[in-house]
Amino acid sequence: MYGFGVIKGMLVTLKNFVLSYFTKERLTTVQYPEERLPEKERFRNFPFLIYDDKPEDLRCVSCDICAKECPPKCITIVRDTDAQGKPLKRPKVFDIDFSICMNCGICEEVCPFDAIFMDHEFELGEYGRFEELNYHKEDLLKSAEYFAQIRPTDAALIEAKRRQKEAKGAHPTSPTPPIPPPSS
Amino acid sequence: MNQLDQIFVTAKASLLEAAEHFLPDWMVVVVSILVSIIAIAVFGPVTMMYLTLLERKLVGRIQNRYGPNRVGAWGLLQPIADGVKMLTKEDIVPLGADRFAHFLAPVIIVIPALLIFSVIPFGRGMTAVDLSVGVLLFLALASTTTIWIFVASWGSRNKFSLLGGMRSVAQMISYEIPMVLSIVPVLLVVGSFSTVRIVEAQDGWSWFVFTPWGVLGFLIFFLTGVAEVNRTPFDLPEGESEIVAGFHTEYSGMKFALFYMAEFMNTFSVSAIVATLYLGGWQGPWLPSWLWFFIKTYALICVMMWFRGTFPRFRVDQLMGFAWKFLLPLSLVNLLVAGLWLHLKPPANHLVSLAALALSLVVLYQANRPDIPKKRNYRYAEAN
Repeated sequence: MYGFGVIKGMLVTLKNFVLSYFTKERLTTVQYPEERLPEKERFRNFPFLIYDDKPEDLRCVSCDICAKECPPKCITIVRDTDAQGKPLKRPKVFDIDFSICMNCGICEEVCPFDAIFMDHEFELGEYGRFEELNYHKEDLLKSAEYFAQIRPTDAALIEAKRRQKEAKGAHPTSPTPPIPPPSS
Repeated sequence: MNQLDQIFVTAKASLLEAAEHFLPDWMVVVVSILVSIIAIAVFGPVTMMYLTLLERKLVGRIQNRYGPNRVGAWGLLQPIADGVKMLTKEDIVPLGADRFAHFLAPVIIVIPALLIFSVIPFGRGMTAVDLSVGVLLFLALASTTTIWIFVASWGSRNKFSLLGGMRSVAQMISYEIPMVLSIVPVLLVVGSFSTVRIVEAQDGWSWFVFTPWGVLGFLIFFLTGVAEVNRTPFDLPEGESEIVAGFHTEYSGMKFALFYMAEFMNTFSVSAIVATLYLGGWQGPWLPSWLWFFIKTYALICVMMWFRGTFPRFRVDQLMGFAWKFLLPLSLVNLLVAGLWLHLKPPANHLVSLAALALSLVVLYQANRPDIPKKRNYRYAEAN
């Protein structure tokens, strides 16, 4: 029938209009600040540095591998020294510029000490592009409990691996992984 | 009840009475005029602002979205936020543009849109000016909008703008004719151009839409009205999938907003005139007259927005074909139907006019059927 399709089309839109007030499932929009989608465990955003008990004992030994592997070169590491100028196994400066970081997760993959992991935190808006987004060591520190909370599967695997390594490490024949010389 | 009905009229009267105490007589007349002007000048833009919100809400719901709901409760402050944004945006004029025309068009396009409000009967005794040629004024002013759309498109010096302007002119000229012809039956029956007289003629439930010619006239006038204000599915002048944004491609900031203001105010006034001519204007039981008027007008506006959420844009040939091959003959037939209805005695007139209507619809349908050639049978070619 001539003109019948027009009315049929209008009825479809009318149905959508009316039902959108009654069926909650029709409105798929998530009202973001109030409602949130559940976080996926494997979601990755920006890296953070992990510590075990106190913020002072970082797992990071300042080996500089992540900084070398980082494709956009957003990590800056300066090794700490003691009073005599002897290099120590901890970073003095550990900066990640989030305005450069591209969330690839390579730093997490290459770290031999399980010291750096990708975070779930994504609400990092700032009014400036430069110093505001350059995160320093203090801003990047997060506890191992936090890591176990956001990524329980990965945390369990890594914990098991570390424990195994520790047991092996007690054996005199296998030395601890060599620390690469400080880049100068 | 009567008090509520005349609430705006008495408000104005008491204001003038208060003014009489300390103003000379001629000043009271000026104040009376100013009150009407200010009421319209405030009502028009405010209506436009909230029509944008209404449209976004309705179309959003049609598409299973929420629509604006962030600024204020239910997004009620969204139009104000949009207005502030529009005012603070940069005003860009193309280098090759005719600066004068480019500036003038959006400014003047709002004026006819506002002027039409003066002849709309908002309620019993609530017409700003009861002109004896009210409907004619509406038709004349509604078509002047085209000129300014074309000036805008010409002044922009942009091929997309110009194409949009050309389309707008072609469309307006085509749709003006069935539009005017669909009004003629009403004028024939009422015998006056005055919008107030037309509404008074539809006293009680004798709205024109309940007559055979009224149904058809209402449909033709409403559809041509939608085409007149360039709304979907007749929005070829600003077809964004083909010609960027049509005539307002080169406009930004408040000038762009003025085009939208004109479009939405025209939407309102066309709906109001349709309601006045065919749906009995402010006539209706129980509720105050102005409330009836707004219910009818907003129902028609909502139907326009419903169209927008439903239909894709016409192709240019479909648009022209619809106007010239279907609406124009139909409106001429409608004139005949209205004449038959008016001059025959009551029981016969409905039957005769309905029969004439049905016959002409069938004939028009047959005549307008697209010519689809039959599939050919190649008797000998297939054999090889």
